[in-house]
Amino acid sequence: MSNQTTERGGKIRDAPASGTMVEPDLANRQAGRASGAALAEPETLSEDKDTLLDIFRQMLLIRRFEEKCAESYALGKIGGFCHLYIGQEAVGVGAISAIRPDDYVLTSYREHGQAIAKGMSPDSVMAELYGKASGCSGGKGGSMHLFSSELNFLGGHAIVGGQIPLATGVAFASKYRQTDQVTLCFFGEAAVNQGAFHESLNMAQLWKLPCIYICENNQYGMGTSLERAMSVQSVAQKACAYEIASELVDGMDVLAMRHATERAAGRARKESLPTLIEARTYRYMGHSMSDPGNYRTRAEIEKYQERDPIKLFTSVLKENDVIDDGQIANFEKEIKEQVEHAVRFAEESPEPDPGELYTDVYSMPINN
Amino acid sequence: MAVMTMRDALNQALSEELARDENVFLMGEEVAEYQGAYKVTRGLLEKYGPKRVIDTPITELGFAGLGVGAAMAGLRPIVEFMTFNFSILATDQIINSAAKMLYMSAGQFKIPIVFRGPGGSAYQVSSQHSQALESWYAYFPGLKVVMPSTPADAKGLLKSAIRDDDPVIFIEQERMYGMKGEVPEDVDFTIPLGLGEVKREGSDATIIARSLMVPIALQAADELDKQGVSCEVIDPRTIRPLDIETIVKSVEKTNRVVIAEESHPFCSVAAEISAQITERAFDYLDAPVKRVSGADVPMPYAKNLEKLAIPGVEQLVAAVREVSYL
Amino acid sequence: MATQVVMPKLSPTMEEGQLSRWLKKEGDKVSMGEPLAEIDTDKATMEMQALSNGVLRKILINEGDSAPLGQPIAIIGEPDEDISELLKSAQTAKSAKVDAAPAKLPESEAAPPVETASPAKDRDQVRPSIAPVSGDGQRAAEAAPGGRVLISPIAARMAADAGIDLNSLRGSGPSGRIIKRDVEEAISGRGKQTAPRLRVVTPMRTGKPVSFEPSAYRDEPLSEMRRTIARRLVTSLGPVPHFFLTTEIDMERAADLRRSLNEIDPELKVSINDVVIKVAAAALMQHPQVNASFQEKTVRYYEHADIGVAVATDNGLITPIIRSADVKSLSEIAVEARELATRARARKLKPEEYTGATFSISNLGMFGIDEFTAVINPPEGAILAIGAMSPKPVARDNQVVIRQTMRVTMSCDHRVVDGAIGAQFLQTFKKILENPLYLFV
Repeated sequence: MSNQTTERGGKIRDAPASGTMVEPDLANRQAGRASGAALAEPETLSEDKDTLLDIFRQMLLIRRFEEKCAESYALGKIGGFCHLYIGQEAVGVGAISAIRPDDYVLTSYREHGQAIAKGMSPDSVMAELYGKASGCSGGKGGSMHLFSSELNFLGGHAIVGGQIPLATGVAFASKYRQTDQVTLCFFGEAAVNQGAFHESLNMAQLWKLPCIYICENNQYGMGTSLERAMSVQSVAQKACAYEIASELVDGMDVLAMRHATERAAGRARKESLPTLIEARTYRYMGHSMSDPGNYRTRAEIEKYQERDPIKLFTSVLKENDVIDDGQIANFEKEIKEQVEHAVRFAEESPEPDPGELYTDVYSMPINN
Repeated sequence: MAVMTMRDALNQALSEELARDENVFLMGEEVAEYQGAYKVTRGLLEKYGPKRVIDTPITELGFAGLGVGAAMAGLRPIVEFMTFNFSILATDQIINSAAKMLYMSAGQFKIPIVFRGPGGSAYQVSSQHSQALESWYAYFPGLKVVMPSTPADAKGLLKSAIRDDDPVIFIEQERMYGMKGEVPEDVDFTIPLGLGEVKREGSDATIIARSLMVPIALQAADELDKQGVSCEVIDPRTIRPLDIETIVKSVEKTNRVVIAEESHPFCSVAAEISAQITERAFDYLDAPVKRVSGADVPMPYAKNLEKLAIPGVEQLVAAVREVSYL
Repeated sequence: MATQVVMPKLSPTMEEGQLSRWLKKEGDKVSMGEPLAEIDTDKATMEMQALSNGVLRKILINEGDSAPLGQPIAIIGEPDEDISELLKSAQTAKSAKVDAAPAKLPESEAAPPVETASPAKDRDQVRPSIAPVSGDGQRAAEAAPGGRVLISPIAARMAADAGIDLNSLRGSGPSGRIIKRDVEEAISGRGKQTAPRLRVVTPMRTGKPVSFEPSAYRDEPLSEMRRTIARRLVTSLGPVPHFFLTTEIDMERAADLRRSLNEIDPELKVSINDVVIKVAAAALMQHPQVNASFQEKTVRYYEHADIGVAVATDNGLITPIIRSADVKSLSEIAVEARELATRARARKLKPEEYTGATFSISNLGMFGIDEFTAVINPPEGAILAIGAMSPKPVARDNQVVIRQTMRVTMSCDHRVVDGAIGAQFLQTFKKILENPLYLFV
């Protein structure tokens, strides 16, 4: 790596030696991935007890909520697509716990976890999944389009990578207005191959936008493993193309996510610079409820379940005397009631009024 | 009133709205330091600074999405596409994000954005640079589509588009940037969206035209006047939502309609207007609604072929004579 | 490029023609439009024109021979061109019945379909104005489906509002579509129906006949009563149920008129028949129900009197037509009648000159016939048979005086004209003929 800089202070890197061609070492890569080994040492605790319990509770709530969604979907109560967050709770909860309520979050269609972490009530989310008028999007969005302007949760986007330029624009607005709000943008590793990702990171670094790009690398884009989709299997490494600060994080470690996001948020607020965080994680369920999951083995899933984020965090908390089994049982009981209440609420809520078909097409409708 | 070119009228609209509301900002390729590829944004960087007038990389999908995101967060972006041909790269953000955000969020996030730039034919710029995409965009509920044909219309409509809280596709015409006309100077002069205009009154036949076709329709009307046929020329100005009432009123008067456009005929705006006329004014028709559209081919380069591909005065005159059984 | 000359259709009812006289010999040079031969049709002798340039290489039928329509009768080509192929096919074509390209046919009342921009074809589309959706472009060549009235929506409404029966309207749009203009004209034309048309007075001698288009008309559906009458009368009297009305007319004043006119201008040579034609036309204008024809489902009432004047020729009877006799002056009628008669005898009438009269007059007075009954020329509603004019004793003011007298017999089609209607017409006819000054009021 040379130390040359461009006129504007960017580093110039050596080009790869011409003529080299690297064969993808698929077998070893797949074997390596199947080990699910930890990427780093567990993080040290710097948070107070209440914060930690709150984080734990959120992860558990999301887990139980998603399990209930699976049940409801199988019963036909939830229609369309349903993408579950089970296994990835640490990424969403950890990251969002590091930011303020006035900060923004955008994510993909696999969004129930982030929505709840951002503070949306299980009632309004479940009602939305059930397509009821009391849903957070009036029943007009569904599982892939949850929104809350009050909580600064800006969706919920179904085109892979579509949220990335949007988040970049939201960050642009904060900078324009000279507030120190930051924007979190969650997306999967498959979205990194979209042009929209590259266009956004280029602009974010060029214009110094306070956007934190969090790639939830769960290693599969639907049925395609990342070895089959990416010539370079590191997302964090792509940051070099844009000179963006980046971090590779163990996405199963909720505190690691939290701390990485804190660092990125500090960078964004103080220097107005973006960060790319790659969070290595795993989803235990299929891509969606319609996915038979034939592209990976049971053994692989079980291997990753050994490092279940909730299981990991429970150990950490127990080791540090933050929680005991009694408290966990209490949480489980509360959460069970909360989730069942959400289902009841959704069941009993009315469907949207037929007149709602034609509302909210335009903010300023012009009737001729 | 002042006489100015359409280019300058647009420039004035942009400048006035940038001054009026600090949430308004402008971005696009070459809009700032280059003074605008077609000089529509000339002088704006100097007047309002680099925070408000922003040069983007060539990254249409990216900056269109950035604009929509900024709008979600409360700003009022004006996104210039150097030509609307390049907007095709950005359609995912225009259609899947901008057009639908308000609806998907049940009214929580409005998108007060304007996508503007020249569309349709220019002079021998060939097939990839000559497309008229208004019927594409007009297809989507959630978008508004506007096409001015005079400097005054351009200024008034652009100001309204910028003040509108919904995403507006504002399609100008490169061939008309130099067109001169009287323009009101009041900083609050606006023309409401969704309102058409009778550009010329007449009694025997109605010609509906937009953008480039309006001056051609007026010329055809003059020619037909000499032949004893009195034409009424209607410019809808806003394509979506369409002012069908003004059109129907005219059809009730004249009983004969020709719709002129430079776009391809299949699924065109004229096809939509024709269907609406048939639905609402069937009993007033003396002849089927006649469309005069651009050739159903990619735009060729050669000067003579390009001329053949765009409707001219003769075709309009012949079409009016046809519906008048002359 | 050698071409075959085929027997052309020279009259509406022609099915075969007789080659009367070749006007060119084999080996003669021929240019397009030049007369090639004279052909006898069922009605007249017509000139056939060449349709190509070249030399008359072969004559295929001889003078006096007949050939059906479409049969090759000659070959035109370059002097040294090989025409063996054409000769061969000409032999085989003799038995084949091919419809010849029609020569000029009488203009039908409905306007020909409007030619629109050619329908778009993907490959040769060059002009941008083509609208593939336009109905006109696709259907310009098709005739309107049988019995169906094509009408634009606004025209339909206007007609309904004005109480106009659609069957009485003529459509000038494509495929006979009735358009706004047609209804407007019908509405504005209505008011003038009862008033006879007047024309600016022209000099007595015009020199050449004035040509008019065939008369405009409207069709009215048969009333129930009329349908019944038609049905019953047909079974008793054959296809056209004739009845006859006779009257005797005092011709003194008419004879005086004729004499005076011919004294003023000896060149005029007005005949009594000319006066009869003029008076008949005037009477028809006052009795439009007689100026009509039976059209199966409707009765057609004509706006003008196109009067057929029977002429005896060596080959038989033919009735050339004086169009719009109601607006022509006596001198115009005289000149035209004479000219038509001359051409009729020379078998030089065009089909449109003897087809489509609204009323006919037959005069056998020159043969000394006192009265006779004429047969109606279908589909006309009536015919007037004129007898000889001769001095006869008549009663006037209880005295016997000698007056020029003429007997006329009117034959009427009972499906169109009832007894009273016919009689009223005849009454008016007589009134005017006995007092020609009525022509002026």
